[in-house]
This record gives sequence, C-alpha cells and structure tokens, in this order.
Amino acid sequence: MSAVTVAPAGRPHALSNTLTIARRNLLHIKATPEQLVEMSIQPIMFLVLFVYVFGGAIAGSSAAYLQFALPGILVQAVSFLPFTTALALNTDFQRGVIDRFRSLPIARSAVISGRIAADGVRILWSILIITGFSMILGFRFAGGAAGAFGSVLLVLAWGLVMCWPMAFIGITARSPESVNTWGFMIILPLTFASSAFANPDTMPGWLQAIVKANPVTSIIDASRGLMLGGPVAEPLTDAIIWMAVILAIFVPLAIRRYRRRI
Amino acid sequence: MTNAAIEAEGLVRTFGKVRALDGIDLVAREGTVFGLLGPNGAGKTTAIRVLSTLLRPDAGRAVVGGYDVVRDPERVRGLIGLTGQYAAVDELLSGQDNLFMIGRLLGWRKSDAKARATELLEAFDLTDAATKYVKSYSGGMRRRLDLAASLVGRPRFLYLDEPTTGLDPRSRIELWGMIRNLVAEGTTVLLTTQYLEEADRLADEIVVIDHGRVIAAGTPQQLKMRVGGQVLQAQPADAADLAATEEILASFGEGENTPYSDGQLVSIRINDRSALGQAVRRLDEAGIVVDDLSLRRPSLDEVFLAVTGHVAEEDVLEGEDAPEGERRSA
Repeated sequence: MSAVTVAPAGRPHALSNTLTIARRNLLHIKATPEQLVEMSIQPIMFLVLFVYVFGGAIAGSSAAYLQFALPGILVQAVSFLPFTTALALNTDFQRGVIDRFRSLPIARSAVISGRIAADGVRILWSILIITGFSMILGFRFAGGAAGAFGSVLLVLAWGLVMCWPMAFIGITARSPESVNTWGFMIILPLTFASSAFANPDTMPGWLQAIVKANPVTSIIDASRGLMLGGPVAEPLTDAIIWMAVILAIFVPLAIRRYRRRI
Repeated sequence: MTNAAIEAEGLVRTFGKVRALDGIDLVAREGTVFGLLGPNGAGKTTAIRVLSTLLRPDAGRAVVGGYDVVRDPERVRGLIGLTGQYAAVDELLSGQDNLFMIGRLLGWRKSDAKARATELLEAFDLTDAATKYVKSYSGGMRRRLDLAASLVGRPRFLYLDEPTTGLDPRSRIELWGMIRNLVAEGTTVLLTTQYLEEADRLADEIVVIDHGRVIAAGTPQQLKMRVGGQVLQAQPADAADLAATEEILASFGEGENTPYSDGQLVSIRINDRSALGQAVRRLDEAGIVVDDLSLRRPSLDEVFLAVTGHVAEEDVLEGEDAPEGERRSA
C-alpha cells in the first residue's frame, strides 16, 4: 500500500468534506440545466405575472405593487428553494449514495452540511437574479445600500434556515413524491397566508391572526423594512427569534433522523 | 483473538417483528473470499450493513481488521470498501468525478485523487467513458464504476453485496475476473450472493444463511460432500418422455431420493455408481432418445435444497432485508 493513498489518520476533516460534497451537489446543476430554469427563470416569471396581473388591481398600478410585493415575492421564491435540499437528500438515500458516503471514513455531518452549503449558493443566486431583474423593472431600494445588503443577508439566512426542516422531510420521506406532498402542504400556506402579496389589514380577522403568527410574515416585514426604509426593529427581532426556534427544533431532528435512517 | 480478518459472533438484528439476523457467527480469513449465500430476505444485506458500520447490531459483536464495528466504527470505515446491491454511483457526475470526489473525501490532494481516478478508470475499462455522465452508462459499466468507487481508498476488506445481480452473463464473468485479481493482490472479500454458481466459483469458504441463521458452513467442496453421492441427470429429446424418464431414474434412488425435473432435465441423487450404465440400457429399451445423460457432483443448488428443504428461488421474501422498503424501490 503506497503512502499516498492511505487516508490521513485521526478525525475526518468536516470542513473539507463539506466543501467536497457541496461541490458535488453544485456540479449536478451542470448535468441538469433544468435546475437553472428553476433557480432563475421561474422566480422571474412569477415576479412578472404577479406584478402585472394583480398589481393594478391590488395597488392601483404595477409600479406601486412591485415596490410593495417584491420583498414578499422574493421571500416566497426563497422559501420554495429548499425543496432541493429535501428532494436531493431523498434521492441520495434511494440511490444508495448515502450508504457509500457513510461507509467512508469521513465526517458524517458532511452529507447534510454539504447539501445545505450548496443550496445556500443556489439561494444566493436566485436572490441576486430576482432583485436584479426587479430593479430593471423599476424596483428601487429606498432603504439605501445598507438596507439592501441587510435584506439580502436576511433572506439568505431565512433560506438556509428553511433547508433544515426540508432536510428533515427529505430524510424522513419514503419517496420524492411524498417529499413534494409534505413540502407543498407546509410551504404553500406559509408563504401565502402572510404579508407577501397583500396588506393583512384587508383580510378577515381569523386570517389576520394566522398571518400575524406566521414566521414568514416576520421575515417579509423585516425585509420590506430594510428594502424600503420602513420599521425594522420589531419584525427583525421576531424574524431572528423565529429562525432560532426553527433551527433549534429541526437541526437536531434532521441529524437524528439522518443517523437513524437505515 | 485469532488472526481472522472478519469475525462475527451471535449477531442479532431485528426490524419490528422480523429477526433479520438471528445469531450469525462467521469467520473470514485474510486474503480469501468469504461467501454469504442465501435467498432474498435471508439476512445477507443486513449482515453486510452491520459489518460495514451502517447498522448497529441489537446483540452480538463483530470485529473487522481488529476493530469492533460498534466501538471503533471510524477505524473500520478506514479499512473497508462497500459495493451495495444497487450501483451507488452518482448519475449526475462523470465517472471520473465520482472517483475524484471519493479521493478528495478521503483527504487526498487534488493531484493524488485525480491520479487514483485515472488508474481505476483504466483498470476497469472505463477510460473512454471517463468524462461522460454516469446516467449514460450501461448496467455493467455502472457496476464496474461502483466497484472502482469502493476501491479508491485501497481497502483491505471489500464487501460486495450481490455484485452481479441483474448483470448479463458476460459482464458477470468480467466482474468475477476483477474480483479474483483483487484477491490475488491480497484483498479480503466478503461476498453475498443468491447465485450458488457465483459462490461456487469465487468463494474459498461459504456460510449458507436462511431466515437470519447460519444453516451450513464450509468450503464449496465440503458443502457438496455433505449432500453426498452424485447426481444422475437425463434430458429427453422429446419433452413427452419426461414422465417416463423420471420413472426410470426413480428406480435408482435410495431412501428419500426422488427425481426432480426443471421441465427439461431430470435429476436424481444416487449413491450407486453403476447407475449410469443401467440408465443407458433402460432408457434405450424404453425407446427414449436423450440429449444429455450424465453423472456429476451435486451443485450448490442441491446443497441448498438439502440443507434448507426448499429451493433457493422459491423463497423470495421481498423486502425482508430492508423492511421499510426504501432500498427495494430502486
């Protein structure tokens, strides 16, 4: 056995393993260019449809609605992106790829962290595409550069946080179909029953209660405040608390499931 | 502790009510091929998963290369290579990227990972397809890549879980050749198979398992001896003569030995060596033309029948190795 090919002794290197697996996941985009459509064209299509179909009716003009709705549309798009986390982990389990990773002397956490790191890159890509395109359509960051930067960071953080419950679903679900079922059942109402597309004050009382309790509303309100220069402190505090709570629940759950899944 | 390479004692693993492993003992010596033979659902995959640290046993212990699979799983992982039932390669990467990635995961420099990938692609006749996506590979190519992937770290112990299931005969024979080469270089191979022929061709020692228990153990020769005697088989040219052929062969059987037929070939276990000559005369007298009439040592199929009381193929308990069904859907 030559010295070159013997794995280094001691603990496997978690960071380097994570980067290797993240690279592998990102290389998948090259093999399936449809993913680029999902990450780029789809959110833009959604943005254009919403702004120009509903804008006039809801806000009086498309331009005014774009200003109001962009933070919501952005957060909604980003909330759906972690589906990839769930679907890809589920597929890796089905195909036996995770068995191979787990039979290697590498950091066990790297499979999940490498997945989420890659998804972070995808999320950031989508955020830049959506905000960039909306600026072409006439969106203006009224909150200044600091607000713009802060909102991008916040939305990226939200996307990364949502990767964890989706990782849990991906590891738990028996098939990609059930990932889709569960994922949509959770993400769709969360993003629509929020302040994303309309002012909650116009909604019936029972829905207002749901919307106000919805973590997505806090994320959107905080992003809106940062992007447009409105009130930030309260929604941002709520947003951070929500993200911490979701992580506290789903990081251990996902890791536990990952260790247990046979 | 003996110098056994892989040793398991009393391994038990249950899934709900199913005892997938019900007290398995095995000892595989360094540098040999150890065959784990049994029908679908016998517990073979569960045994491999315990020995490769993917699954904790409920009871019993297993030691690989001197390390306990429960107490020192990371050390064990540093010694083993695993090729599962389904080619666990990444379809959305090229063959080269698959192997390169594993080298990188093992902590090697890029140049070393690349060199090892090139070397393995060459050895497994995949150089031409190196930069193509694995999704475009044939079944045989995927298996070869899967085997190459399990060899990146030059494991001392190679676990092959039904490596040739679903392969065409030519790819199967190719893969057997590759496995023999690895053993010649000193690798210890633990092989599971439901193909008796495969165990017969490759394994130095075999344990036969059924319903999570070892029901027979020994070299292929010893196992065949256990059945004893020889097998007389005749294949009538005209299928209409099958019944008459069976009747004639039945007269050579002693005790419980009765003829069995697969619809073409009639076989019976015998102890009397003069039976072949007599069979020629009797068949001729009866006017039965035969395409094949021969005397041979019992095959492992017959060993299996003798020790389990049932034919291997009939006992397909789908999904017992993976009770939650996730891996069976592939």
